[in-house]
Amino acid sequence: MKTDPKGVLTGVHYLDGDYACGEGAMAAGCRFVAGYPITPSTEVVERISRRFPFMGGTFIQMEDELASMAAVAGAAWTGTKSMTVTSGPGFSLMMENIGLAAMMETPCVVVNVQRGGPSTGLPTMVGQADMMQARWGSHGDYKVIAMSPQSPQEAFDLTIDAFNLAETYRVPVMFMMDECVGHMTEKVVIPDADEIDVVPRALSKKTPADYQPYAVNGRGVPEMVRAGDGYRFHTTGLTHDDRGYPEMSAERQQINVRRIMDKILLNVDDIVRIEEEDVDGAEVVVVAYGITARVARMGIDLARKQGVKVGFLRLVVVWPFPEKRIRELAAAVKAFVVPEINLGQMVLEVERCAAGQAKAVLVPHAGGGVHDPRVICDAIVEAAR
Amino acid sequence: MSATAHPPNPNDHPIAPYLRMDRMPHIWCPTCGIGTVVKCFATALEEADVDLDKVAITSGIGCTGRVAGYMKLDAFHTTHGRAIPFATGLKLARPELESVVFSGDGDLSGIGGNHFIHAARRNMDILVILVNNFIYGMTGGQNAPTTPISAKSSTMPFGNFERPFNLPHLAASCGASYVSRWTCLHIRRLTKCMRVALRRKGFRFIEVIAPCSTLYSRLNRLGGGLELMRFYHDNATIKHGIDTREVDIGFQDTIICGNFVDEEKPTFLEMMNAHYGKVLGDRYVPMPAEGGWLHD
Ligand SMILES: Cc1ncc(C[n+]2csc(CCOP(=O)(O)OP(=O)(O)O)c2C)c(N)n1
Ligand code: SF4
Ligand SMILES: [Mg+2]
Repeated sequence: MKTDPKGVLTGVHYLDGDYACGEGAMAAGCRFVAGYPITPSTEVVERISRRFPFMGGTFIQMEDELASMAAVAGAAWTGTKSMTVTSGPGFSLMMENIGLAAMMETPCVVVNVQRGGPSTGLPTMVGQADMMQARWGSHGDYKVIAMSPQSPQEAFDLTIDAFNLAETYRVPVMFMMDECVGHMTEKVVIPDADEIDVVPRALSKKTPADYQPYAVNGRGVPEMVRAGDGYRFHTTGLTHDDRGYPEMSAERQQINVRRIMDKILLNVDDIVRIEEEDVDGAEVVVVAYGITARVARMGIDLARKQGVKVGFLRLVVVWPFPEKRIRELAAAVKAFVVPEINLGQMVLEVERCAAGQAKAVLVPHAGGGVHDPRVICDAIVEAAR
Repeated sequence: MSATAHPPNPNDHPIAPYLRMDRMPHIWCPTCGIGTVVKCFATALEEADVDLDKVAITSGIGCTGRVAGYMKLDAFHTTHGRAIPFATGLKLARPELESVVFSGDGDLSGIGGNHFIHAARRNMDILVILVNNFIYGMTGGQNAPTTPISAKSSTMPFGNFERPFNLPHLAASCGASYVSRWTCLHIRRLTKCMRVALRRKGFRFIEVIAPCSTLYSRLNRLGGGLELMRFYHDNATIKHGIDTREVDIGFQDTIICGNFVDEEKPTFLEMMNAHYGKVLGDRYVPMPAEGGWLHD
């Protein structure tokens, strides 16, 4: 369906990625945001707190990120689309209730504008070092969706996509920006509301007597209801049965945890978003995401001048990882070159999927800046040898 | 009982409609005080005549944290310490809800202490019922921020030497609009207090002193649940309106109960709506009572 025009600032703008992300959230119909200030993400909530009072949205600055994530999980159960925004140190604190949201199957969006870590690290400078945390950060087995925009325009477009995926799969979606994209200002085109498709909360039509919060029929995603509609349902972070009642058994654990994994695993093709350029006949394929994707393109151009056949695969959705595609390519190329602003994270996933059929070459950067394209070029040339 | 009488049907219990009877029996120990507090709350809901469809209950983790799981309401069993912010999210995103937090002393004042003081500071529109059994029950009787000085816990086997919180004072000094304390012996008064609190607004805090007969009692050789109730009977005094600085609890000492604070003051939502209304005039669009843009 089409979105609520109240949240849409139609027009051609000059915005940074943080503002564009905030606009994307409002355009997606987000009307509750809880957050705690942290560089380089704060502009997202500053934008929202300025605009929400005009569209029936509530922003609250909570006492910390533990509370922010908990408030967002609670708010999401009212049917109000909800989001929180943070950076590395706050992301660490949010892991507790990201796990709760995953277990309760709560649709919501968590924006992480990444800076250099670990710990307080480089508050004002870029990093991409939370990519594994996005996937594995909370305890236990669960799956989330994570995406990574490369520009302010994409920060707008993909934030809408993030909300739509959250609703479709009832998962927290990690919006993994990086400081460069967050703070880079570019042209952002915001379309009319009637050009913006949003996935509404799929509310169960069952009667309260027939409704079970975690029963599935065919599709692996249970139907949701809202607090306050008379269903008087129960949900818990404990392992639970279809009624949402705790059940402490190995059998139920298997059913419960398998399903929250499978609803993502079995729908990977629907969720994965990648962009490919010139991968056919390539000797080397560069895999990159976020700001590094843009830097990598310059490295690729340099390598082409040296006669290397280089393809490019951009991870738009990072988790679930496009495992199948990497496997296919691994059979055809010599190597993958993976530049990222960390000391080796997504490269591990490329390596795992390539399974020895092709090399996976990391081009690391510890954070605080982007790669020198020449370094990426050198890695490509070297990998093609 | 005559020889032909049948055992009572649990579903005939007056508060059965408020409970998930399909989850009985509950996990609580015999003579644990938590069940009594639940009974009072269910009775208060009935007496206050609130629309149960609009009541959401949130618990954290612990023995008391299981309450949400037994109440036949929209019920959220969340993470340890985070019931207050979770309930805050529910309330702000659907303001017509009565958002109730029901959890333990460790949960709300230990790991969740920061949320507690900030919710009270904001006079957040939630009702918080805290069962204080002076201990971490669920995990086996460890020291809590409420354990009285010299009381034993499994992690203070030689007696506690840390100063405990005076919870009513904490809530009151942070700005709560309604603050009371009862023991779970005060069934009638506690029920009435809950009923009143359901009709008040803002951050309403009710501390209920309740026996953990299995751990706190045993570690401190206080006898069974009955002995503890007798202790409450002999040692609880009621002092409505007393300065909350005076209501510290010492080990096996007087427990001062009563309604300490009952003030009419603007709540978070009232402050927010009034402020934006004043500054932005009719350009201000508040969150609809039934939730944010619901695309029906
Ligand atoms: C993050 C986290 N830390 C520790 C625990 C273990 N834990 C479960 S319940 C509990 C204490 C609960 O005490 P209280 O709130 O007083 O509840 P009671 O059981 O006494 O009713 C603890 C420490 C947990 N579940 N989560
Ligand atoms: S351990 Fe204590 S608090 Fe927990 S159910 Fe038993 S008596 Fe109640
Ligand atoms: Mg306790």
